Amino acid sequence: MQNNCIYLDNNATTKVDSEVIEVMLPYLTDYYGNPSSMHTFGGQVGKALRTAREQLAAILGADQSEIVYTSCGTEGDNAAIRAALLAHPEKRHIVTTQVEHPAVLNVCKQLETQGYSVTYLSVNHQGQLDLDELEASLTGNTALVTIMYANNETGTIFPIEQIGLRVKEYGAIFHVDAVQVVGKIPLNMKTSTVDMLTVSGHKLHGPKGIGALYIRRGVRFRPFILGGHQERGRRAGTENVPGIIALGKAAELEMLHLEEANKRQTRLRDRLEQALLTTIPDCVVNGDPTQRLPNTTNIGFKYIEGEAILLSLNKYGICASSGSACTSGSLEPSHVLRAMGLPYTTLHGSIRFSLCRYTTEAEIDQVIEVMPSIVERLRALSPFKNDDAGWLQEQEQALAHR
Amino acid sequence: MWDYTDKVLELFYDPKNQGAIEETSEPGVKLAMGEIGSIACGDALRLHLKVEVESDKILDARFQTFGCTSAIASSSALTEMVKGLTLDEALKVSNRDIADYLGGLPEAKMHCSVMGQEALEAAIYNYRGIPLATHDDDDEGALVCSCFGISEAKIRRVVLENNLTGAEEVTNYVKAGGGCGSCLANIDDIIKSVQQEYASAAINDYGVKVATEIVTSKERSLTNVQKIALIQKVLDEEIRPVLIADGGDVELYDVEGDRVKVVLQGACGSCSSSTATLKIAIEARLQDRVSKNLVVEAV
Ligand code: FES
Repeated sequence: MQNNCIYLDNNATTKVDSEVIEVMLPYLTDYYGNPSSMHTFGGQVGKALRTAREQLAAILGADQSEIVYTSCGTEGDNAAIRAALLAHPEKRHIVTTQVEHPAVLNVCKQLETQGYSVTYLSVNHQGQLDLDELEASLTGNTALVTIMYANNETGTIFPIEQIGLRVKEYGAIFHVDAVQVVGKIPLNMKTSTVDMLTVSGHKLHGPKGIGALYIRRGVRFRPFILGGHQERGRRAGTENVPGIIALGKAAELEMLHLEEANKRQTRLRDRLEQALLTTIPDCVVNGDPTQRLPNTTNIGFKYIEGEAILLSLNKYGICASSGSACTSGSLEPSHVLRAMGLPYTTLHGSIRFSLCRYTTEAEIDQVIEVMPSIVERLRALSPFKNDDAGWLQEQEQALAHR
Repeated sequence: MWDYTDKVLELFYDPKNQGAIEETSEPGVKLAMGEIGSIACGDALRLHLKVEVESDKILDARFQTFGCTSAIASSSALTEMVKGLTLDEALKVSNRDIADYLGGLPEAKMHCSVMGQEALEAAIYNYRGIPLATHDDDDEGALVCSCFGISEAKIRRVVLENNLTGAEEVTNYVKAGGGCGSCLANIDDIIKSVQQEYASAAINDYGVKVATEIVTSKERSLTNVQKIALIQKVLDEEIRPVLIADGGDVELYDVEGDRVKVVLQGACGSCSSSTATLKIAIEARLQDRVSKNLVVEAV
């Protein structure tokens, strides 16, 4: 196991903060009571859960009664979508985007087979939505609008509040997958138009296996996991106590560091981006240049393939991620980058670097140092070189006509 | 992360024979080039061969690859493997051979080895002036997977050569089915049809073997399976063509001991002289070829 790696894949998952581990551990050892038990041994666990709930509610600017714990972000998304549809069984239309996480897209696809119609909003080449297209898609039959706060691959942030205002005009429920956002940009549910919002613990230096769903007070919610009366009957099952405690602490720490971490990561990210763009020819940044998460950059290195870049980075202990098909187990390149209409020359060679508050200057320097030679080496192997290479041009033309 | 063998990693980090072979004025030497794959699919390979015209031998091989770790390693492996071979010998190199040379590839990456084999074939066909299109029979060349532009012929070949039994395997080998998935059912059908053809070819081979044995040792009695296989063979090869020419046909329905039950079809089924047809054209022939005791009945 490589522990001294330069970890720039924080949109995939993050390192658990040592303070988080510290507060969580006793709930795996000494305080193992069931919070639903009547005795004091269980009761003291219940108290700790309340604190954790307040900590999480605080980072969302929500009330602690508006939090429902889930096992992960995927469960949160699934639960929110199903609950919204159950609340308005007469409405049969859903609006989402082409660039959502599979936790939303695959649910929508399944719902289409069950008689729902789904509008998948398109994005432009910067990954940004067209609000007119959104507006045009909404009708009185729209039960739910489910849109991510920021894209996990490019970091592009959607104008959630502007979207929400339009959604409200049509009386639909507005769900937002904020898995990539919590702890990275400030949130305030009190003044928000969002009805439900998904959180995932392991994206903010908490552990895996814990997530939460914010449900605005008054929004009707029909549970999707039934059983005991935990979470006010909205999500049955004995609580993941250590996970909940950990998520509370993680949220508290993120809030504490948010402003300064945001500034620092933006600076490091921009430095990385600028250095790569100036030292390496033929590469581009994918995503919205301004409306973007501070920790994310997605760069397309033309004429080479992402997995080969990743393995080369891995040799230097650098962990990043790629939108190329070869790493995902599927054979199609990233649906997000494709929806943005990127040319194939860029699409397959796109690499995402995602930072966190532990990322250091020296780590970024190391990437800046090794990346040019990696790209140069792979380009020397490639039959495609520049846009007027015969074979390549023939292919892009043929594709344009498909 | 993919699980790569040391050989794959070695040839990825330190590839042998990368680059192009420049035009040469050396006498008696010609260059060949094969291109396969596309930037849309995410891997492409351009293979260059230097061939000694007189001996048909590959003197040098080089590659340019756009693709992942195993695409690069497969290309490099291929160039190592074919150097020194004649073109005919090189044509025998299969994608399996490339994968074996690498100590194996992850299943989902087998298509990289297929790409190598195809580039080699493309280069040799180019060199010999054979258009690749004539190689993939036009009818069979129908596109099955439009996401990756894969033809039926290509799927059939990879199924047969690698003994594939499921659509997921086909996806691993040639990518077909790995996109929208709408072609998966068609791939299942192709696999089934290849398997059927394979099975009937096996039965045919078996029939021939049985027939040869009979000719060589007439007195040895047949097992039931041998008898049925031989009856089927005689029907197919000697009887049906005659009937079909007359607008009829016959199908073997069952064999019980020495009673051969057949279904007469087309003109034979409705023909008033069908009993005579049975006796003369079928029974006599089967008695002669298989066993004197056979009696043919129509069902
Ligand atoms: S047509 Fe084959 S995967 Fe889409």
